[in-house]
Amino acid sequence: MDDIILEARHINKYFHDPVDVKVLSDINFSINKGEFVTVTGKSGCGKSTMLYILSTMDTDYEGALFIDHVPMANKPEPELARVRNEKIGFVFQFHYLLSEFSVLHNVMLPGLKLAKYPAQEIEKHAMERLNMLDIGRLAYKKANQLSGGEKQRVAIARALINDPCIIMADEPTGNLDKKNSEIVFDIFRQLAGERKQTLLIVTHDQEFAARTDRIIKMEDGRIIK
Amino acid sequence: MKLIFSIARALLLARWRQTLVAAIGVAFSITMFVSLLGFMSGLNEMMDALFLNRTPHIRLYNEIKPAAVQPILMSPVYRSGYHFIHSIKATGSRQGIYNGMAILDALRRDDRVTGISSRIVMQAFFNEGTVDITATVNGIEERKETALFHFEDYIVAGDALMLEKMPNSIILGKVLAEDLLVHVGETVQLTTAEGERFPLKVVAIWQSGIRDFDKVQSFTSLGTAQKLLGKTANYITDIQLKIKDITAAPAMAREYNHLFRVSAQDVQTLNAEFETGSFIRSLISYAVGITLLTVSGFGIYNILNMLIYEKMDTIAILKASGFAGRDVRRIFISIAMSIGIAGGVTGLMAGFLFSLGIDQLPFRTTSLPTIKTYPVSYDPFIYFIGGIFSLASTYLAGWQPSRKASRIDPVVIIRGK
Ligand SMILES: Nc1ncnc2c1ncn2[C@@H]1O[C@H](COP(=O)(O)OP(=O)(O)OP(=O)(O)O)[C@@H](O)[C@H]1O
Ligand SMILES: [Mg+2]
Repeated sequence: MDDIILEARHINKYFHDPVDVKVLSDINFSINKGEFVTVTGKSGCGKSTMLYILSTMDTDYEGALFIDHVPMANKPEPELARVRNEKIGFVFQFHYLLSEFSVLHNVMLPGLKLAKYPAQEIEKHAMERLNMLDIGRLAYKKANQLSGGEKQRVAIARALINDPCIIMADEPTGNLDKKNSEIVFDIFRQLAGERKQTLLIVTHDQEFAARTDRIIKMEDGRIIK
Repeated sequence: MKLIFSIARALLLARWRQTLVAAIGVAFSITMFVSLLGFMSGLNEMMDALFLNRTPHIRLYNEIKPAAVQPILMSPVYRSGYHFIHSIKATGSRQGIYNGMAILDALRRDDRVTGISSRIVMQAFFNEGTVDITATVNGIEERKETALFHFEDYIVAGDALMLEKMPNSIILGKVLAEDLLVHVGETVQLTTAEGERFPLKVVAIWQSGIRDFDKVQSFTSLGTAQKLLGKTANYITDIQLKIKDITAAPAMAREYNHLFRVSAQDVQTLNAEFETGSFIRSLISYAVGITLLTVSGFGIYNILNMLIYEKMDTIAILKASGFAGRDVRRIFISIAMSIGIAGGVTGLMAGFLFSLGIDQLPFRTTSLPTIKTYPVSYDPFIYFIGGIFSLASTYLAGWQPSRKASRIDPVVIIRGK
């Protein structure tokens, strides 16, 4: 039991606009260290909403959330930011790179923010991650000169820079073609297999989900399996 | 903090054209502010030179007025009751300061006093053919008047020093000399109030720039004046003082009034209105400066709002990857401040150059013979205030947009895609 990384207890979430709607009800589950979990479900069932809560970006919910055994309730905003910085890597459907910076600098940014290592070391780590994802040659390009698939790989490298406890991704291949989706999925599998990286991925791709450790299936704001 | 600056710099460079315009706005207003204030302060200083430098801080004299304590009050018999006294007349026999030499001695020992010069002020007639022109003759200590009140600055012809060297010499106001049709080196006839006639040699012409003065004023040495009046060498009618701390003038005047039993007039009472003028000039400069800075502040406000609107995604990703709201606020505040600092420094330098330019423009006025170009002040305080204002206005302009940026909810942005 000691290797639980993330735990959700009785999480409820309402939207009040325009009328009160309960979008998540009684979400209970936990993720162990090194587990590769996918979340699936129909569009609009609340997957993204849940992921935003689990990633501490959304704090407007009922229930309890523990990350690395630490309760997230009532933490001030700067501390939550620190948790995201240190323990969570996030990959979005859209790649969200900073177009003002080079690829390398984009990957380094969360590391520089954490400031656990000196800048040279962070640069070395960033380079390692980029090489691992086979995009080391793009390191000095501007972020907006890359293709969609390349950008998503840079985003994954950035999520990895601080060696987070867990990586969360919201439909990371939703915006990619078949070939690039395969590459991204392969990377996730590789991370889970070789680095024992904990992963929580929201996806519509049943085929991909089937090849992971566990599938969380959602319907109308509930976990049904 | 280095990280915050590097992100701020990257965002700035991404929009360098707009940033440049905003910085130029700040620079322009600081330039105007500094040069305007410099010019206005220069004018104020010139006015100070015009009035204050020529005016003693305290003037001691014997005013002809009825005695405040009438003899009847001194008699013990009439102590009680209320006295109605009609037709009181001033004694007026004595214009000279009683015990003048003792007072001068006491003043010399007073270390609040930085300069003393004594005068004899008298009325006389100048005779020109059959016409008599009334004028004031001032017996002065020429050297001291020059040292304390810049007397020689107002000499437009001849040599003021001759006053001391040559007995029976006189300096005439310019208009008075014209009226009398005399030039330097010629002789004028003077009749005293007692009716005695003296020929005096004109050694210089004096011009204050105020026509009414130039028409009635003339100057001789103290010795000559005493001779004209038939008085001894210790006769004086006025003592003029310069003091260390001009703000203490009213208090000191009151003190001397009691101590020496003479009338004492201080510069503050004399120049109250003049101070108001200076104050209003400064006020106008500050108002114009602040208006300009407000306008340039809106420039910064706009560019920041635009930047924030454009960089929503960047802000969202920064927050998602671990930057707190306050980090985001610092980023945008640093953007505002760097615009402010760059614009402010440029503005201060441009303002200084502009002031140098104004300083070169010729400006001649008869009232100020020593001034040849427009007066400009380079008081460091003006530049200090300019710098502070540029920082304060950019900080204020950046405050609201930065706060807005720090409050952006990343979930809303990420969902909104
Ligand atoms: N800000 C909001 N205000 C009101 N309702 C919202 C808001 N955001 C989302 N919803 C609603 O909450 C429900 C869950 O949305 P969510 O985005 O979590 O779905 P999802 O499972 O991620 O869907 P998809 O697979 O299409 O991404 C939806 O019915 C949506 O309309
Ligand atoms: Mg979704």
